[in-house]
Amino acid sequence: MHSKGHLHDSGASFEPFLLVSFALVILIYIGAAAYSGRKYNKWPVSRTLFWILGVMSAASALIGPLADRAHMDFTAHMVGHLLLGMIAPILLVLAAPITLALRTLDVQSARRLSRLLKSRPLRTLTNPIFASILNIGGLWILYTTGLYGAMHHNIILHALVHFHVFAAGYLFSASMIYIDPAPHPLSFKFRIIVFAFSLAGHDILSKYIYAHPPSGVMKAQAESGGMLMFYAGDAVDVVLICLLCYQWFKAARPRGSLAI
Amino acid sequence: MEFKPRNRSDHSIAEIRYAYSARNLWSGFLFGIGLVAFIDEAIFHQLLHWHHFYDKSTTNIGLVSDGLFHALSWFATVGSLFLFADLRRRKGLWPKRWAGGVLLGAGSFQLYDGIIQHKLMRLHQIRYDVDIRPYDLVWNIAATVMILIGIVLVIQTRRSSLNVKADNRHAQ
Repeated sequence: MHSKGHLHDSGASFEPFLLVSFALVILIYIGAAAYSGRKYNKWPVSRTLFWILGVMSAASALIGPLADRAHMDFTAHMVGHLLLGMIAPILLVLAAPITLALRTLDVQSARRLSRLLKSRPLRTLTNPIFASILNIGGLWILYTTGLYGAMHHNIILHALVHFHVFAAGYLFSASMIYIDPAPHPLSFKFRIIVFAFSLAGHDILSKYIYAHPPSGVMKAQAESGGMLMFYAGDAVDVVLICLLCYQWFKAARPRGSLAI
Repeated sequence: MEFKPRNRSDHSIAEIRYAYSARNLWSGFLFGIGLVAFIDEAIFHQLLHWHHFYDKSTTNIGLVSDGLFHALSWFATVGSLFLFADLRRRKGLWPKRWAGGVLLGAGSFQLYDGIIQHKLMRLHQIRYDVDIRPYDLVWNIAATVMILIGIVLVIQTRRSSLNVKADNRHAQ
């Protein structure tokens, strides 16, 4: 091992805090599932599993050996990016946290939450175009400006970038597949077209990183990191594409007689 | 939930096929694009290592075009198969028209890849350190042949050609 990144020592003190937060997030979800399961139907075990796996994916990108290596190894950073920004969001969306919250909260709070979901700012945030720009645009800024290098010298910037990668990934997944209630649903065609463009933006950026290493990244690492981003990003997005198409397939099923 | 034809007569099968004629063509066309992209990636990039992930002479527009088509090919593959399943459950699959769509999609994408992406945008070449001309010729002629056969099949399956008798052979 080479000398540890300067951030690691200061970052280490955050690890217990993060670890407790992640454990808490899992416990709250399980508690809500058990509590609401007494009033309504039993909450599906699969959703709880998605939630636990999702939180663990995000956690493994932020604490532990992978996070340590990410400071000096761009490929490890990219594995972390995939876990935090793509895999964790899909798993968490599949866990339907809003639906669980709505049936756990008392009526008054649930109404307030659903009013919030219907509000204009959230309507904009969950628009596929806006979510794609936040998601893919954010990555372009991270890897093509000095931000990637600067992030490793500033703990607050580091935390903000990682929060953004996760939050934008979640918004993007939630804007594409509707598991939780969608107050302003958009057509499948519209979502598929926007999705195709943002996947293209992701692929173009991967090859751009391959050819133009981000600040402070060795050429060989940029090449393997770029290829990983390209192929693994595809693999994760294909899962999301299958889910989106499957939702169309269910919604478009023929009903009644001669359905043409 | 499944759709049941009013009767099993040839007439109703032809009618359903016609109603989903455009969907048959689209499903085939998109599947053709996805198929060629898959062969390109699996055989030429991964197995033979003829194609390169990135070529120093790649233009920026080439990078954009590659990204767009690469993304499109995933949607084409997955989407076309869901459309195919949808046609099956509606008993509206028209194999000949679908096959025409496949050839049209595969040929068009391969021709675009061979002429625009390889040559004009210099994304990468078919193979390196060899005389590239025979490779380019085979690549683009194969694409043109697919397009031509595809066009013939699509024309043969227009409504006016909806011959109930001929159709019946493929129906079940």
